[in-house]
Amino acid sequence: MYLLLFFIFGGICVAGALNLVRQSHPINSALSLIVVMSSLAVLYLLLGAEFLAAAQVIVYSGAIMVLFTFVIMLLNAGQEERTHGSRAAYFAGIPGVAVLVCLLSFVFLSQKSHLSSARIGDYLVTVSDLSEVLFRDLLLPFEVTSVLILVAILGAVALARREN
Amino acid sequence: MAVPIAYYLVLSAILFSIGVAAFLIKRNIITVFMSIELMLNAVNLTFVAFAHQWHQLSGQIFVFFVMVVAAAEAAVGLAIIIAVFRTRNTLNVDSVDLMKL
Repeated sequence: MYLLLFFIFGGICVAGALNLVRQSHPINSALSLIVVMSSLAVLYLLLGAEFLAAAQVIVYSGAIMVLFTFVIMLLNAGQEERTHGSRAAYFAGIPGVAVLVCLLSFVFLSQKSHLSSARIGDYLVTVSDLSEVLFRDLLLPFEVTSVLILVAILGAVALARREN
Repeated sequence: MAVPIAYYLVLSAILFSIGVAAFLIKRNIITVFMSIELMLNAVNLTFVAFAHQWHQLSGQIFVFFVMVVAAAEAAVGLAIIIAVFRTRNTLNVDSVDLMKL
């Protein structure tokens, strides 16, 4: 059952990511990226990270991807122009990526006996566990990120403002 | 039936590689930016899988901070894309190769 859920949502993830590469219209790529992020949230839930699953849906598929679709519609981005960019990307990049995924998969699968396996509910991180670390031990980094977000908001407004 | 952590790591490697390939192939600046988000998500899956493997909370805390930084990065990056589109009227990365107009 658990293995079945993993393969269903992992398959949706990979299919959505491949669709992102295949589509030539940016809005289709954005929508398939939303599919990838939502099924990743289910995988987080299977790994017992319930807060992160909720945050993934709210922050990634909710906020960030809405921002992306908003910008695509604002700029009226149409069909992608097929300029042949750098030839090195095709002749060295694509085989390099294939080698990378084969190498990583080989290393992970050969070390499979040293890694444990996951069942539903065997290691559940609740919000209170997470907040105990976040608001006590890591209070300073947490506050610093709020300053970072403030700077990002000001920077976005300053960059996107129309100059007179 | 339990799922080995190695399967999660392999899935994350596949997603990361698709992100790298999309970064190299795509010509639209917004789609290139989206493939960066895909790579960030793949790395997040690795963090959560290892947090489950070692029963450590730090992995999940890392993912939380990655999400925060990704949100800030998306806001600033999309603002830069809007500014680039205003001055050049194109979204093709091959036409954006000069620092100054």
